[in-house]
Amino acid sequence: MRVMGIVIKGLALFILLMSLMTERAAAELVIDVTRGHAQPMPIAVTDLFGTAAQESRFGHDISRVVSADLERSGLFRPIDPKAFLQTPESLVMQPKFADWQVLNAQAMVSGRVIVQPDGRLRVEFLLWDVFAGEQLVGQALFTQAENWRRVAHMMADTIYSRLTGEEGYFDSRIVYVAESGPAIRRVKRLAIMDQDGENHRYLTDGSWLVLTPRFSPTVQEITYMSYFRNVPRVYLFNIETGRREVLGDFPGMTFAPRFSPDGHKVVMSMARQGNSEIYEMDLRTRAVRQITTHPAIDTSPSYSADGLRVTFNSDRSGTQQIYVMNADGSGVERISFGDGRYATPVWSPRGDLIAFTKFKGSRFYIGVMKPDGSGERQLAEGFLVESPTWAPNGRVLMFFRETPRNSSGRGGSVRLYSVDLTGYNERLVVTPQDASDPAWSPLLSPPAR
Amino acid sequence: MNRRLLSVLAAVALVAACESATEGTATTTGTGATSDAGSGVATVSTPSATPQQEFEQAVGQDRVFFDFDKYAVRVDAKPVLTRWADWMKRHPQYPIVLEGHADERGTREYNLALGEKRANAVKEFLATQGVSSGQVTTLSYGKERPAVPGSNESSWSQNRRSVAVVGGGPTS
Repeated sequence: MRVMGIVIKGLALFILLMSLMTERAAAELVIDVTRGHAQPMPIAVTDLFGTAAQESRFGHDISRVVSADLERSGLFRPIDPKAFLQTPESLVMQPKFADWQVLNAQAMVSGRVIVQPDGRLRVEFLLWDVFAGEQLVGQALFTQAENWRRVAHMMADTIYSRLTGEEGYFDSRIVYVAESGPAIRRVKRLAIMDQDGENHRYLTDGSWLVLTPRFSPTVQEITYMSYFRNVPRVYLFNIETGRREVLGDFPGMTFAPRFSPDGHKVVMSMARQGNSEIYEMDLRTRAVRQITTHPAIDTSPSYSADGLRVTFNSDRSGTQQIYVMNADGSGVERISFGDGRYATPVWSPRGDLIAFTKFKGSRFYIGVMKPDGSGERQLAEGFLVESPTWAPNGRVLMFFRETPRNSSGRGGSVRLYSVDLTGYNERLVVTPQDASDPAWSPLLSPPAR
Repeated sequence: MNRRLLSVLAAVALVAACESATEGTATTTGTGATSDAGSGVATVSTPSATPQQEFEQAVGQDRVFFDFDKYAVRVDAKPVLTRWADWMKRHPQYPIVLEGHADERGTREYNLALGEKRANAVKEFLATQGVSSGQVTTLSYGKERPAVPGSNESSWSQNRRSVAVVGGGPTS
């Protein structure tokens, strides 16, 4: 048996792949993710078996997190565990496939949890093709007990990946702006949480207005804009150490920052004498380069996945439109030509699409188009929807939706939503308070292959 | 086989344990400061009034408004800004912050840029009236600090504005 260990940087957690995912050519159990309205796949996620009470509790909790992740994707329909015929204990020996076929489960997850003498968890799980009667995946993951949620998300990623052919996105986090207080004196704080809303915590205390956080591809850092001491500037923030620093020494307001795909650069806008241009800073040398030169507004830059191109927002044609250019500023080309104003272009991590905010008539829309401007599609709409951010696999987007206030300022709310790239499966993302400006992290650990 | 891995894990765990809370590193003063920040200085002319109040009494209004998605100084704003310029030239001791604001019917980053354009358009108009550019700075809030909270055109028209803040911190 081939055994491989992976140490995940920054967290005491690693995986042993016992039997690597078995690649099969025939009789594939696969979900076609490009069909938004496809029937979700019925899947039975059983409680991982544990001998001791503590083990069986972890087994239950882990399986519920896996089940919830898969359900939220819209591609799976977890079957109610009350209907299960076979017990977790007997599953450890061998699945009785007939017991799962009768529930019409196409896939089934089983496994067990062992608390080791050092207190760490050994989590083993198996993914079964119920009708073929075959094992599709077998993995063992080791972790400190407090990281059990990450183990669950990694399991869900493996299952999602095996059954859809796409990379997963559950082992990831969201940084966003938590909002409170009246509209005319809104308090905004940076907050971070797991992709499913758990492990929520605030990163700033609300003393100063903060906006537009974005993740570094190396995960531990965020770039964002703060009005610290009433001087609006772009900052870097290290999530693990809490250290923050202003980025560069610019003579005017800096805003709209984003990391390059390799994490070595930040691209942003700087306003001087009223005019906003796009600049790029190399984080290693701190060298600054001006990329655009135009009297119109140039902002909201976002790199392509290969780092060679930048899409941005400009009103140089008279209204806000989306443009692409080479990363050195050459070859500027407008790509949005539909009705209305286009804003906040964000290049997909897969490189195939650009997500955007559109304002037309009295409504806002979240949409996607190809980098050449063709194939525009709308995914969500509202009184105000804004700020799309991509899940690490480029299949799901998150954005915020604001509802109108009455003339005394009451009744409005602002909340995060996720939506599938097909435009289906829109879901509220639960946060403790009003929430805006979401940014999805990359996967916390690279996928196990 | 796991001995080496375990020692790596122990080191990693130690690093993770060093993770610190980051709450509250900013100070808590300043965001809501009103114009009475300069009251100690106001004794120059009127003992009871702040420079901001003095300015507003002299010029009539501390803000001018803009059309949707525009930053050109409107015709109805020009007489107001001419009065501002007269007062500012007579009070060169007071630094002026020109705030630029946008309504909520736009995207956040673009509105920051638009607010900057509006504040700068006012600054440039004041310069044509002889106000020293060294006396005036600009500060864009985009759509972050509406003056009026409603989600309707009458509120939005009051939120597309530039506000002159005299002698101290921002009002909004």
